[in-house]
Amino acid sequence: MKTFEYERATSVRSALTSLGTPGTKPLAGGTNLVDLLKLGVERPDLLVDINRLDFGGIEPTDDGGLLIGAGVRNSDLAADLLVRTRFPLLAKALLSAASGQLRNMASTGGNLLQRTRCTYFMDTTKPCNKRDPGSGCPAIPGASRELGILGVSNDCIATHPGDMAVALTALGAIIHVDTLDGPTSFEIGEFYRLPGADPTRDTNLPAGALITAVEIPGLPFGAVSTYRKARDRASYAFGLVTVAAALDVEDGIVRDVRIALGGVSHKPWRASIAEESLRGKLVTARSFEAAADAELAAATPTEQNAFKVALAKRMLVGTLHELAGGHE
Amino acid sequence: MEHAVDVLPTTDESAATASAGPPTTRVTLDVNGSEHPLDIDNRMSLLDALREKLALTGSKKGCDHGQCGACTVLIDGRRANSCLTLAVSAEGSAITTVEGLADDEGLHPVQQAFLDRDAYQCGYCTPGQICSAIGMLREARAGWPSHATHDVALDGVVLDDDEVRERMSGNLCRCGAYVNIVPAVLDAAEGSAMRDAADSHAAHAPDVPDASVTRGTTAPDTTAATR
Repeated sequence: MKTFEYERATSVRSALTSLGTPGTKPLAGGTNLVDLLKLGVERPDLLVDINRLDFGGIEPTDDGGLLIGAGVRNSDLAADLLVRTRFPLLAKALLSAASGQLRNMASTGGNLLQRTRCTYFMDTTKPCNKRDPGSGCPAIPGASRELGILGVSNDCIATHPGDMAVALTALGAIIHVDTLDGPTSFEIGEFYRLPGADPTRDTNLPAGALITAVEIPGLPFGAVSTYRKARDRASYAFGLVTVAAALDVEDGIVRDVRIALGGVSHKPWRASIAEESLRGKLVTARSFEAAADAELAAATPTEQNAFKVALAKRMLVGTLHELAGGHE
Repeated sequence: MEHAVDVLPTTDESAATASAGPPTTRVTLDVNGSEHPLDIDNRMSLLDALREKLALTGSKKGCDHGQCGACTVLIDGRRANSCLTLAVSAEGSAITTVEGLADDEGLHPVQQAFLDRDAYQCGYCTPGQICSAIGMLREARAGWPSHATHDVALDGVVLDDDEVRERMSGNLCRCGAYVNIVPAVLDAAEGSAMRDAADSHAAHAPDVPDASVTRGTTAPDTTAATR
């Protein structure tokens, strides 16, 4: 492992000042960063430990939403009764992720910034456009089974590996960040980016900025929501395809719906086409299938991950049936 | 010589590097109730510090990447992977390893349950399994749901085989002793296990309010935790 200096931030301001120097990384739960240090993928000169900073806890907001401090651990967020009752899809996404130990360590802000688990990205002996720009992408003709099918580019087919972020994408969460120039915020769909010709950047987070909080806007039908995850073993594995969804049905008609897919793209994939297709439609198997087909029409899988298209459709349709239970 | 400076360090820089070595930080680690002042290479994991600096070799290095759980310790009463924790960042936390679980009255109930149920074969994963089980039982007492919980919006936890397997899935056992680990953990949940030796070491008590844990049915099942 490359050597690095270490300091403990005493305030958000002091952390931002340190992060202003290139080569500096913030250390939160460390569950991904420390692993990447060991692998030589991340090679910072200075780590700024932000674990003792107080970013606040979990607070209800006036519109029925929640404000979550960036330092809140995944386990505490999943266990919070407001989260479990208002937004069960978020609690379920968190509980499907990693292990009990890792959820105790991982922070809300850090979890948003975890890197892809593409095996080529994680292996410094292999080319990778995300880690080493211009070196090529051996994943596209190579081991692509776990990788992306939507929004991929000729330079990168990596997937965002997270679960929490998929639920937050369905919920249209706001990412609050602080910079030396003052605070700013991103709708989560604008926070994450597609790889395009520059896969090195996972997000639009400005250099040297720090995530301070995540805000979930109120969503009355958030209570009718769930998260499904298909993976190679029943627990403690990254998702192949995941679905976060919330459904609002009245008199057999879809009034509103929120859907995001995980494991399929460089970013958590808001299924806007499927959502639009479903609004105002009768709750039937046919409308669910049509919505899934419309969303997945743009998929460009490899030979190895073509199964994800069919899997995503079944997962999406199955999840909608579950949420519509009793209305069909 | 001017252009060579880009490639080779000057004599002064070499001397400085040689005398300074890799960047280190002076920290005091609170392990099993004792304070240990240490100069730590910033890169050192808590696991390596425990094993190499403090000769506490109970915590094991399996994968060293947070995938197996053999390194599990309790940090401020919560289970965590010590291989993914930088030792320098652990200052100010109360760390409990498997060596700190037993007290004058005997083994920790989870340790005793593992003995009674023969919940191991080679034993390599056992310290991590035991520390993880202690942390897990606290989480269940606090009412935390799991991926195996049918309705996350409901309060209260009923521990059964499926719940234990899911909650313990961060600890792999290559011998496949899960079939005895699950009953051992359920025994500990049910019995006198509500005592918690590690609490006496923790500077910050875990934020775990008292809630009851009920034991569900334990139908015989040989499926492993990571099926």
